[in-house]
Amino acid sequence: MMDLKDKLVSSFLAFENNIDVDDPVHDIRSEALRVFEGKGFPSKKDEAWKYTSLNSLKKVDFSIFPSEVDALEYKEVKKYFLHEMDTYKIVFIDGIYSSFLSETTHDGVDVCLMSAALNKPKYRAVIDVYFNKVASQEESLTNLNTAFSKEGAYIYIPKNKVAQKPVEILHFSTGNEAALLLQPRSLIIAEDNAELQVIERHQSLTKNEVFTNSVTEIFAAKDAIVDYYKVQNDVATASLIDNTYISQKDSSLVKVHTFSFGGKLTRNNLNFYQNGERIDSTMKGVTILGERQHVDHHTLVHHKEPNCESHQDYKGIYGEKSTGVFNGKIIVDKIAQKTNAFQQNNNILVSDKATINTKPQLEIFADDVKCSHGCTIGQLDEEALFYLQSRGIPKKEARALLMYAFANNVLESVRIPELKRRINKLIANKLGVNLGFDL
Amino acid sequence: MLKIKDLHASVEDKEILTGINLEVNAGEVHAIMGPNGSGKSTLAAVIAGKEEFEVTKGQVFLDGEDLEDTAPEERAHKGIFLSFQYPVEIPGVSVTNFMKTAINESRKARGLEDMPANQMLKLIREKSELLDIDRRFLSRSLNEGFSGGEKKRNEIFQLAMLEPKLAILDETDSGLDIDALRIVANGVNKLRSKDNAVIVITHYQRLLEYIVPDFVHVLHNGKIVKSGTKELALELEEKGYDWIKQETVV
Repeated sequence: MMDLKDKLVSSFLAFENNIDVDDPVHDIRSEALRVFEGKGFPSKKDEAWKYTSLNSLKKVDFSIFPSEVDALEYKEVKKYFLHEMDTYKIVFIDGIYSSFLSETTHDGVDVCLMSAALNKPKYRAVIDVYFNKVASQEESLTNLNTAFSKEGAYIYIPKNKVAQKPVEILHFSTGNEAALLLQPRSLIIAEDNAELQVIERHQSLTKNEVFTNSVTEIFAAKDAIVDYYKVQNDVATASLIDNTYISQKDSSLVKVHTFSFGGKLTRNNLNFYQNGERIDSTMKGVTILGERQHVDHHTLVHHKEPNCESHQDYKGIYGEKSTGVFNGKIIVDKIAQKTNAFQQNNNILVSDKATINTKPQLEIFADDVKCSHGCTIGQLDEEALFYLQSRGIPKKEARALLMYAFANNVLESVRIPELKRRINKLIANKLGVNLGFDL
Repeated sequence: MLKIKDLHASVEDKEILTGINLEVNAGEVHAIMGPNGSGKSTLAAVIAGKEEFEVTKGQVFLDGEDLEDTAPEERAHKGIFLSFQYPVEIPGVSVTNFMKTAINESRKARGLEDMPANQMLKLIREKSELLDIDRRFLSRSLNEGFSGGEKKRNEIFQLAMLEPKLAILDETDSGLDIDALRIVANGVNKLRSKDNAVIVITHYQRLLEYIVPDFVHVLHNGKIVKSGTKELALELEEKGYDWIKQETVV
């Protein structure tokens, strides 16, 4: 079997058969391939990948170009959508756009496809300004994605517009291929004073292996508000490397919630760049793992201008033989005075075989800043457990209730009520209890 | 109702209860007094089934049934309630939802269906009025940010909701001002009946002016060293605990 890196590099020629190689975007792809070829997959020798190994994934013979499958029936995937409210939907099946399941729009705002944005002249100006402008030019997996960038979600909210409905971005994989590699590439732009809510989900429908290496670029212009929710509850044979890059301008507000309950290996590289003043960047996460699941949250906030804030609050509950990583990097440039940067990572280990590695990484070059970070690793409070039991609540439910309570303040900021209820249910399922009420 | 026979209990090999004998009948109020560290709170926790304490000898019976190996929640289902000295804060779970869960778990254990929502609301309304509790308070997270008095009042509200056979009030008076003390005591008194019993654990006689005990026991070094009627509490208030300590030594 060919090494995955070699396979990818040699597939590039075949990839080029189906795209316009004279397009300027293709120069970006070719350059990205060159970088990836030089660097290869990250290994445990890289500090940023010390606790997350891609070795098992590199051994799988992934299909890189899936054959098109028959459309999925809506009823097969219905449960992965929100129902109680109307949403825009951008749906992919094995990496290929499904017009049947999608609901896009060009009415005042653009909620559509990356392939359309990359190919149609009317989007050219936007692509020139934004495409691959905040994504890392060095990181090898981001370059790999850039090299093969072709399809994904494209959302453009013009100045002073509000997306009237949340956008659901769903990536389904059907198991049509024994093992499938997906590389969605998305671009999301909220212009001055625009507002947008996005829910992103990757869902494998069978137990066949899936490896997704996704890159999302988000641009929030002056006063823009972007609320982004990542629901990671995939099957135990699905792995995800999520590379999200966010560029913010003056007084914009971007919040990313990451709910990590599923999957085999999940790596979240969440990067915020503050290119203006009075910016607020918020990251919240709830991670609940069991079995041999692995989740690695790598966050970066780069404070590049004065008077900005960032807030990070990640909660993790680790059971069985699961492993977690939290690495939160905050850079405060010398010019970025009056920065407020908060970071909190709290973890509960419910099994003595579970592990968590947590590390704050602060690089502060300004002298008038407020930065705080804290991490805790603990067990459930025995006194609290006894308190609940003494009220007649059985131990299992009492434990679940305490874990719920532990994760709760992260849910409080979810602004889509149905999503909040769904996350509540996912948490209850994950903890194996029915509490009879939502938090 | 409750019968304790030669009860010994330890935590981390340190014996705290060293042979307790006590019998509490339906309709009675017993006060357990004693100096700090005498084992009062341990006794309460052991009756409620706290697993941290190891019962090394003796038994606790409820209605003739030995409670050995009975989990705290099962004891609650059988009608034991412990009002905590330091109630635990549970962020994100409202008082109402907590009570719903507690009541329905108890019903489930008795083979009953969940209590219908309207009945639950009626019960909550009744009991919150009994304890003069602001309705807004019920939607707040359990004990989170509550003042000492609010926590204690909330404990008695839970007591009222769960209607246990045996209520153990562990230092319910500590941290209460006189008005809060009166409200809490009135609440307890209104809940008293010929079918239930109350054990009041307290350091001071003050609470016993409002919840008048039938019997007073003095605990010292993990044993009941003196029992009597409510007059004993007054005597203790007057003479202090040194008197008991000396008498025990003699």
